[in-house]
Amino acid sequence: MNRIVTYKLAPGVLLLAAAAVLPLVSDGYWLSIATTAMMYIALSTSWALFSGPTHLIALSTGAFFGIGGYLVGTGMSDYDQSFWTMAQIAPVVATALALLVGLATLRLSGVYFVIFTLGLAEMVRNLVSWVQNNFLGSRGLYVLTDFTEAHIYWMLLAVAAVVFLAGSWINQSRLGFALRIIGNDEEVARHVGINTAWSKVILFMTTGFFAALVGAIVAPRYSYIEPNVVFSPELSFMVVIMALLGGVHRLWGPLVGVIPFTLAWEAITVSFPNSTTLFLGLSFLLIVYLIPHGFTGLFETMLGRMRK
Amino acid sequence: MTPGDRILQVQNLTKRFGGLVAVNDLSFDVRVHEVMGIIGPNGSGKSTTMNLISGALKASSGAIVLKGADLMPLPPHKIARLGVARTFQLVRILPKLTVLENVIAGAAFSHKPRWGAEAERFASDLLDRLELGDKKDLGVDALTYIDQKRLELARALASEPEVLLLDEWLAGLNPSELQIGIALIADLRSEGRTIILVEHVMDAIRSLCDRCVVMNSGTKIAEGTPAEVLSDAEVIRAYLGEG
Amino acid sequence: MDILLSGLLLGGTYALMAMGLNLQYGVARIMNLANGEMLVLGGLAAFWLFTSAAISPLLTIVIVAPLAFVGNWLVYRFLLLPLVRRAKNQGQLEVDSILATFGMSFVLVGVMVSIHGEYFTYSFLADPFTLLGNTVALNRLVAFVGACIIGGALYYWLNRTYSGTAVRAVSVSTEAAGLVGINVDRVSALAFAIGGAVTAVGGTLISTFITLDASIGVIFTMKALIILIMGGVGDIRGAIIAALILGLVETIVATVIDPGLTLVAAYAIFLCVLLFRPQGLFGRKTT
Repeated sequence: MNRIVTYKLAPGVLLLAAAAVLPLVSDGYWLSIATTAMMYIALSTSWALFSGPTHLIALSTGAFFGIGGYLVGTGMSDYDQSFWTMAQIAPVVATALALLVGLATLRLSGVYFVIFTLGLAEMVRNLVSWVQNNFLGSRGLYVLTDFTEAHIYWMLLAVAAVVFLAGSWINQSRLGFALRIIGNDEEVARHVGINTAWSKVILFMTTGFFAALVGAIVAPRYSYIEPNVVFSPELSFMVVIMALLGGVHRLWGPLVGVIPFTLAWEAITVSFPNSTTLFLGLSFLLIVYLIPHGFTGLFETMLGRMRK
Repeated sequence: MTPGDRILQVQNLTKRFGGLVAVNDLSFDVRVHEVMGIIGPNGSGKSTTMNLISGALKASSGAIVLKGADLMPLPPHKIARLGVARTFQLVRILPKLTVLENVIAGAAFSHKPRWGAEAERFASDLLDRLELGDKKDLGVDALTYIDQKRLELARALASEPEVLLLDEWLAGLNPSELQIGIALIADLRSEGRTIILVEHVMDAIRSLCDRCVVMNSGTKIAEGTPAEVLSDAEVIRAYLGEG
Repeated sequence: MDILLSGLLLGGTYALMAMGLNLQYGVARIMNLANGEMLVLGGLAAFWLFTSAAISPLLTIVIVAPLAFVGNWLVYRFLLLPLVRRAKNQGQLEVDSILATFGMSFVLVGVMVSIHGEYFTYSFLADPFTLLGNTVALNRLVAFVGACIIGGALYYWLNRTYSGTAVRAVSVSTEAAGLVGINVDRVSALAFAIGGAVTAVGGTLISTFITLDASIGVIFTMKALIILIMGGVGDIRGAIIAALILGLVETIVATVIDPGLTLVAAYAIFLCVLLFRPQGLFGRKTT
């Protein structure tokens, strides 16, 4: 048993160690790309914990991420709170919002959930801007910390590691098993005794928690927080694409998608700054029509063929 | 509970779909260790009754009482956790899980939950008993139709149900498979399980059921041993039509 | 009273785009999240023809409708039908069509941004008009009348013609419709194409009184979806009433509280529907 655990953990620990030394050997441009990639690794891996087994495309990442960034901004600028306090409050608030959204939508057919999350980031942004303009005064929100890019990178790495640990724990737990059964056949799931609504809500809250935590950690990168920037619907779609590109039926699938996509995206935004939306659309079409099970699915089919 | 005690009571159960009354004022009791058959022509409300007991549908009025607990207001997962397990009219197995995982799915969330190594051992034993032991690590798409039926039954049994609902479990089997299927349910019966089965196969009803309820157009028209009800004039009329 | 009237007029145009989506989801079973972009395309055509060739948006409809019909038919036939055939169940089709139409919506936004990246501002019939003692903008009224005519024609087609009956049959059950000899693929393609054309025409009409831009489509998709769910899938009467409610509430919130809160208002309605009437306004509770 111990040998199996070591065997399973070893590659993870090695990867973690390699990732941790990266800021020591690289800085500037590549560190900034690595930080962005680390952010997406944490986001899309936690997204896949819920959306992978249930097949429910959650587009709420932008909303939760935005809550993280905005709360850090308003807490530090308007209420003189420390970054650390706000980084603890933000995920709790996002988890509560995920609970409400989940309770309202996840009892019903999956389409309602997808639609509800589709405009969620934009809706929360409108609400937040309105409250900000009418009641708090439209002062700018500054996030001034001593963090360097490397600090943010390490924090994101820690979150990503926790997401992986949580993910492998969930996958081996009855909760994870319940989610897989729900994704196979929700009717059967109910009849074997699974509280399907709650199981989904709990996992959805987990993704909300991590998205807000990441949003809070990334906030110092912006220095100046505007609701328009942090509540980005585009972010939700990026996370979906990267996770699906890697494949969501394995815990490490999204990781495989994030790294090439972040690099490709960097190249695209530099070379075709006005066509990013077009490329985003083409990526979706590419995934749906050519690699519906992601890179991991592709590898596994190829491995299967080679064995035959 | 001792044999002969009433474990499940269905009282004045009614289900309306819009203007259509699918189940009309239906009452019957099921006793411990008894195999109760629900029979009747197509569209007489048998499967609807099963769906009402398992909670897949909500009744319009009436009561379903399992060992003193009213199941009516409960969602399906709570009913399952009180010890009601079912198979589906059209076989429903979990397509992306292995055979073994399909059975563990039945055990993990039931009123006697099992998990981890214990669940695996329990599910393996169950599969061995249903002659699926050598297929437990396969994907379910490798299974023949009767094996899929067996697997669905294994999943239901994995929860160690107080009451097992079999909704046309024998439907679609060929004659030789049918003999195997009937023998399998006969085994369950001799183990002393409490079963409600909806069935069209008359041989199965005669050989398996202790008692039957006969339904026609949503209403109970007869109740008794298979021999009694199958010689009942109204039952014969219902099956052969008003001629 | 002014608010009430302009709210109702706005709702009339919303009803049109929701009808388009309703045909696409209710009949062709494609959750088309590029619906809003189709609407914006209709608006872009009106803007472009009006500013470059001074063609009236009312005339543009005649050009937009057949183009959108053909375009949507092609999309269904070559991009969506393969997904319908590949899907093992409704759930998988839903996921695939959601992702594919996301892709299409982004591609369309990208293309439109490259055509015209700014607001589609033009002024057509922006004159005040007195109706029942109230002043409304003439273009709103014209758009409403246009929506009523098209909606009426659609209703007549669905309920009084042979092909319309086939469409309704498919919306009830693809399987049963196939059994009675209806070519389900063809009817679905037809419904998808007509749905797209209706939405695009709705966009042309809306663009006369709301300033659109290339990336605003998703907001209209949201609104159409909220109307669809509130009215009940496949229920035209429900969709019309839901659209009027949404138009009214949005106009009230925009004038009384803040124009920036219209989406919040739409979400509030959505939430109420999900909590209290998830089966739609007139839908019977399914069990």
